[in-house]
Amino acid sequence: MTRSAEVQRRIYALMVLMKAADDRLSKGIGTGEFICVYWPSRGQEAIAAAMGISLRRDDQLVTTYRGLHDLIGKGVPLEEIYGEMMGRTLGASRGKGGTMHIANPEAGVMLSTGIVGAGPPVGVGLAMAAKRKGLDRVTVVSFGVGATTTGSFHEAANMAALWDLPVVFVCQNNLYAEMTPTRDTMKLEHVADRAAGYGMPGVRVDGNDPLAVATALDEALNKARHGDGPTFVECVTFRFRGHYFGDRMRYIPKDQLDSALAADPVPRFRAHLLDTGVATDEELTRVEAVAAQQVETALQTVMSADAPSIDELDRDVYATPIRFPV
Amino acid sequence: MDSKEMTMREALNLALDQALEKDERVFLLGEDIADPGASGPTAGLSTKYGHDRVMDTPISEAAIVGAAIGAAIDGLLPVAEIMIMDFIGIAADQIINNAAKLRFMTAGRTTAPITVRTQVYGGLATGATHSQTLEAWFMHIPGMKVIVPSTPRDGKGLLTSAIFDEDPCLFVETIRLQGQKGPVPTDPDFAIPLGQADVKRPGTDVTLICYGRSVHDALAAAATLQDEHAVSAEVVDLRTLVPLDVDTMVSSVRRTRRAVVVHDAVRFAGPGAEIVATLQAELFGELEAPVERVGARFVPTPAAAALEAQVYPSPARVVQAAQRTLQSAKAGIHG
Ligand SMILES: Cc1ncc(C[n+]2csc(CCOP(=O)(O)OP(=O)(O)O)c2C)c(N)n1
Ligand SMILES: [Mg+2]
Repeated sequence: MTRSAEVQRRIYALMVLMKAADDRLSKGIGTGEFICVYWPSRGQEAIAAAMGISLRRDDQLVTTYRGLHDLIGKGVPLEEIYGEMMGRTLGASRGKGGTMHIANPEAGVMLSTGIVGAGPPVGVGLAMAAKRKGLDRVTVVSFGVGATTTGSFHEAANMAALWDLPVVFVCQNNLYAEMTPTRDTMKLEHVADRAAGYGMPGVRVDGNDPLAVATALDEALNKARHGDGPTFVECVTFRFRGHYFGDRMRYIPKDQLDSALAADPVPRFRAHLLDTGVATDEELTRVEAVAAQQVETALQTVMSADAPSIDELDRDVYATPIRFPV
Repeated sequence: MDSKEMTMREALNLALDQALEKDERVFLLGEDIADPGASGPTAGLSTKYGHDRVMDTPISEAAIVGAAIGAAIDGLLPVAEIMIMDFIGIAADQIINNAAKLRFMTAGRTTAPITVRTQVYGGLATGATHSQTLEAWFMHIPGMKVIVPSTPRDGKGLLTSAIFDEDPCLFVETIRLQGQKGPVPTDPDFAIPLGQADVKRPGTDVTLICYGRSVHDALAAAATLQDEHAVSAEVVDLRTLVPLDVDTMVSSVRRTRRAVVVHDAVRFAGPGAEIVATLQAELFGELEAPVERVGARFVPTPAAAALEAQVYPSPARVVQAAQRTLQSAKAGIHG
């Protein structure tokens, strides 16, 4: 499927924003300007940008701790993301949830999980709700290959297929689960082949090519929307900064990292846009500057915001606070 | 006995190393425990003993513990690792319904003497699903032993006992203690029996009962109580919650007649509740003040550092609690 120039430029703008947001965190933590914990998504932008253009606003997303790019793609304001990561009042959860637990139901982000494999069953439930309510909304569950080795994933995949639920399982295959190469954690060569075991289609795409990801997603979304059940979409990619920020990546062979960096989806898509005449260098440079500025503005807003006050501690534990001795 | 200064992480590594060396039946399994990815207490062991005995697994907590149980039923001595304690919920069924109960349900015909090592986070701004202190869950399961070391020496001695114990053991490590140093006997036979509390500091006025990380809060509090308030606090480190060393605890409080129980687990329905109930039952009438408890606030752990700092016990909170026991109405009457 060919995408209009406008859509392709939107994809690039999203990718650049995701990259800038990640780069700025990396720089800020690296130089001691601020502290926060985060699991970088640098390198995986093509997948999230494709979700960004393929999902409707009312489609729902379940993602993970490595969610910066996914959240941006789904339209969560940067201030809410940064604010949550840095524990400020204007964070998505006023700083109470932290980097791993961001939700923004208005943008369709229903859950981010820190527990690997915890997302897919919840995605099944969101899809059940849509079906019961007669809505044509789809739930996308995004996770890594590591998550597919949990029992939780298997249970959810079986249910989704069994009940033809409107779910798309998007597996961002970055080849590692923490420090372990995921090829050492499964007998199958391709994780997409798991899908056959549940009776759902499994497709494998180049996760560094946003157009290829978007094509696979559109097909899966369309199928799900029309009552034809779930699809498992494997997007092959890489995480450039390792598992967590500060990971020294000693377990990654140098040539593997080098070739992954050489396939960086952001410059690659930029080159594609130039080669195909979709955009000029000048236009793209402007897009990059706008993204950097947007990120900087969000960061400065967050940095000047307050930390949550102590009374937040007992708020939201129960619907109506219950008194416990302190 | 020869001893060497080392961190908790190194002491636990030593216990695992010596167990692997000494006994062919011992093997380790867990996520990211093998080289080159390992950075915790298992680092270096797969290089030394091979990936057959130090096995990296998929992210499959239920199967990690379940497989350990199977191997243990057949006579092996597996040491399973659940990377962070919050993930133990996924393996809880295997621990609760298989490991803890097999000996009883089969009248001793099968047993599962596994060791499950896990680690409590907290203090790292990782939020509510990566910060929980959950040992109370497992104290509540007949058949499980629950161990929480506070020093490198205890870590080595207790882990050695746990691995070779005939019952399933949950061994709870604390990330904030992994880098702390102390002397550790290097003799492979050095082990600390399960169920023996340790008086970490003698005192006469009040007993601070604690385990794991809270021992360090209690020791700091005891120093402050001595220096600034002329109060002599005894620090009793329980070391194991099951078996619970009631004798050491009770004989200390019988002398001091005042007690504060301290733990990082949430206070409400925490391990302290059982300890206090035991003390009141044994020492009713001898206590000068109600036994105090200092535990984490009953909230999911907040991520923002400023909030998280409010949740856990601190030396200052232990000092205040100790002072309350010294100022209670009954203490006043007795002078
Ligand atoms: C149930 C559970 N087990 C272990 C962990 C620790 N852990 C966090 S991320 C991770 C690796 C996950 O790999 P993958 O699913 O491929 O996602 P990626 O991090 O590569 O995005 C592990 C083991 C966890 N958070 N939850
Ligand atoms: Mg991965």
